[in-house]
Amino acid sequence: MSPPLLDVAGLNVRFATSTGAVHAVRDLSFSLRAGESLGIVGESGSGKSQAVLALTGLLADNGRASGSARLEGSDLITLDQQEMNRVRGPRISMIFQDPMTSLNPYLSVGRQMSLALRAHRAIGEQAARKEAAEMLETVGIPEAARRIEQYPHELSGGMRQRVMIATALLLRPALLIADEPTTALDVTVQAQILGLMSDLRERYGTAIIIITHDLSVVAGLADRILVMQRGEKIEEGPVDAIFAQPQQAYTRSLLAAVPRFDRPIQGTPPRMKHATKPILAAESVRVEFPVADRAWFRPRRLLRAVDDVSFQLEAGEILGVVGESGCGKSTLGRAVLQLVPVSAGRVSFLGADDAQSLRRDLQVVFQDPLASLNPRMTIRDVVAEPLEVHEPTMGDKDRTNKVADMLSRVGLDPSLMNRYPHQFSGGQCQRVAIARALITRPKLVVCDEAVSALDVSVREQILRLMLELRRLLDLSLIFIGHDLAVIRQISQRVMVMYLGRVMEIAAADQLFTNPQHPYTQALISAVPIPDPVVERARKREGLRGELPSPLAPPSGCVFRTRCAFAIARCATEVPALRLAGASQVACHRAGEVFQGR
Amino acid sequence: MLRFTLQRLLTGIPTLLVLIALAFFLIRAAPGGPFDTERQLAPEIEAAIRKAYHLDEPLPQQFARYLGGLVRGDFGPSFQYREYTVTELIVAGLPVSMTVGGLAMLVAVLVGVAAGTTAALRQNRMADHAVMAAAMTGISVPSFVMAPLLILLLAVGLRWLPAGGYGDGHWRYLLLPVLTLALPQIAYIARLTRASMIEVLRSPYIRTARAQGLALRTIVLRHALKPTLLPVMSYLGPATAALLTGSVVIEQIFGLPGIGRFFVNGALNRDYTLVMGVVVFYGVLIVVFNFLVDVVYGLLDPRIRHRT
Repeated sequence: MSPPLLDVAGLNVRFATSTGAVHAVRDLSFSLRAGESLGIVGESGSGKSQAVLALTGLLADNGRASGSARLEGSDLITLDQQEMNRVRGPRISMIFQDPMTSLNPYLSVGRQMSLALRAHRAIGEQAARKEAAEMLETVGIPEAARRIEQYPHELSGGMRQRVMIATALLLRPALLIADEPTTALDVTVQAQILGLMSDLRERYGTAIIIITHDLSVVAGLADRILVMQRGEKIEEGPVDAIFAQPQQAYTRSLLAAVPRFDRPIQGTPPRMKHATKPILAAESVRVEFPVADRAWFRPRRLLRAVDDVSFQLEAGEILGVVGESGCGKSTLGRAVLQLVPVSAGRVSFLGADDAQSLRRDLQVVFQDPLASLNPRMTIRDVVAEPLEVHEPTMGDKDRTNKVADMLSRVGLDPSLMNRYPHQFSGGQCQRVAIARALITRPKLVVCDEAVSALDVSVREQILRLMLELRRLLDLSLIFIGHDLAVIRQISQRVMVMYLGRVMEIAAADQLFTNPQHPYTQALISAVPIPDPVVERARKREGLRGELPSPLAPPSGCVFRTRCAFAIARCATEVPALRLAGASQVACHRAGEVFQGR
Repeated sequence: MLRFTLQRLLTGIPTLLVLIALAFFLIRAAPGGPFDTERQLAPEIEAAIRKAYHLDEPLPQQFARYLGGLVRGDFGPSFQYREYTVTELIVAGLPVSMTVGGLAMLVAVLVGVAAGTTAALRQNRMADHAVMAAAMTGISVPSFVMAPLLILLLAVGLRWLPAGGYGDGHWRYLLLPVLTLALPQIAYIARLTRASMIEVLRSPYIRTARAQGLALRTIVLRHALKPTLLPVMSYLGPATAALLTGSVVIEQIFGLPGIGRFFVNGALNRDYTLVMGVVVFYGVLIVVFNFLVDVVYGLLDPRIRHRT
């Protein structure tokens, strides 16, 4: 057997901090053959990113790496800056999580690519840009010659990540390190990018290290998996073995936390009780925003974030709203909360007659737990604040007692209530945010991506907590999210949105096992399945192309430009929601196309 | 772009009007007038003078008259320098102030950005501490202290340079005032640049550039400099306007015939038209330079460029 491309032995990473040394990576060893693909999996804080940053000399200034990492004979750990600069780019290149912040917003795409190329090869700017444009074509960016003159903010998230990949492959490196390459992307875009990476790997024979918290992402792409926890390697093995027979309890718990999409899942939400009365009704809701436009004398352009959305919510029901970024799901949530004005149609919340009781009965939990808590308020004050507004006569002591009671209900020790948000973990902060939302005993809570920022295992706990609280407190929930697995797990009924419009509404089981709308189909087929055998065999239908601009949505059916089943009628007539099977579907060809599936 | 320019300049007009009105009425509200002297003038003579300068008219009428003059580009006659109009005074002093101020700003930007970048790249090391200490000194020592010290050292002590005068703009005469004027600006720009560069160097796209194996020099010059200069730019606009209109202190100490002295003399002598003249001139410069800053912002940041 040929010697490995990369051989890491006894890698340690330590950070000197004001509170002492942090040992981020402990005694990590692994090796990688040329052309092989390794998935490094772990939750946040597992040291997976720090390990590869150490390999490329990109640790923060207070970080120190020790041990050895041999790449084709030279030890990466001992290289000085200049020698390292000859490795980075031509031998190893990297792509990062967030393609918006990882590309320089002040330089055109072509300029960034030519800088990367010309750092290692003596060629002129024109020649460099020509090569860059060819590479952009290779990674599936149409009109590369025009794109190359554009700036990152003019590209979609998926395009930006393609640009990152194209730049990384310009010099045909032997090893590509991808640090959470699809985490910031929508699921259909993720499917495109994963497909691209696997194509390029075949084409150039590049070895890949892909770092992720999401096991299903690496199921189809990696040959081997390495699982990390708290800086240490927990388990390593061929991808099939890791998925089929994980040896370690931690690996098993990681796998269990990933909901299987292709099978019915355990702990499905309670069945719907019938003949309950609706508590919320949205009728043809439209929300528009003026687009920031500084020119005078120009007609104000309106961005229609939500268009003609109608639904009802029953008391005690959990409605999932799912869609990709820019589909209007968060705006819809805000319209329900009456935080943004509705420009047409109406939202009526039954059972509250005035604004004060409306605010008490409608509460919200946001995505980023730390950012949505005031860092200068103690947990007690954060949770008690709604009480001060809605129960002004309540004594201080009573309030504190109520806060303590609510904190223990959400699984937090009430004795911690005088601490500040930054002293808690992300999951704990989200529990605080939930306690704050529930302290006024609301009837409806809107959860806007409430578990998206959390690690898988924590996510699981928070979801279970919400289901339990809903049962105990008789709540209705609107659960907004982009993650289909989460939505499936928690919702009774699911609404799928695209470009501000409802595509399909159906009971969760019905929607996920028998999707009627072509868009729902595409969304579901884009979700990676945590099973290497299934994943490798599966041919993704995927979504072609890019999301149209919401400022100029397509005529007729907004989805028609990316729909494989579009006919002439789709361009002229907006499809209304109608019953097809057990689902309500906004598609002219519903029933006809997916009959019998 | 043309539309953007016109828009910006148009929005400057109300700003200027407010400024003119404030200055016009405030200076007249101040006690005393332009023709108060220790020797009491005969009432009829004073009345005649006031009539000649239209000071006997009601204030709103005076204001309208002044605005009318401004539109025609006429700042009116100076009350104190009786032989000159305000326009003539400004035109005479402006080349001196602009030369000294412009050169000072140029030096300040070049040295300040270079020093700030150096400090940022050597964060918390010797070079950084040295630059920051020097900058602190530059900001805290006032120019009326710095100027005499430099004169003592370079003109009186070493006799390398003349101690004062304009010398028709010969570089030997310009060196000291330009240096004195530039020092605090260098200090300020260096501090701004350092803070901004440190911030930029921490951003993810710089990490990307490092991951591509770019040399530090390329990273700093090609990737980091543009975003670093954005916050510096917003300081440069008003600062340049202030420098170009001359520094009272510098012009007094070095005996330069610029327009800075008119600010003080005009105000002290209640020379209404002269004060108004310099205020309007300064206001226009501020508006123009803030506009230029916006234009440069657009050039530096494509996201701003595309919004317009």
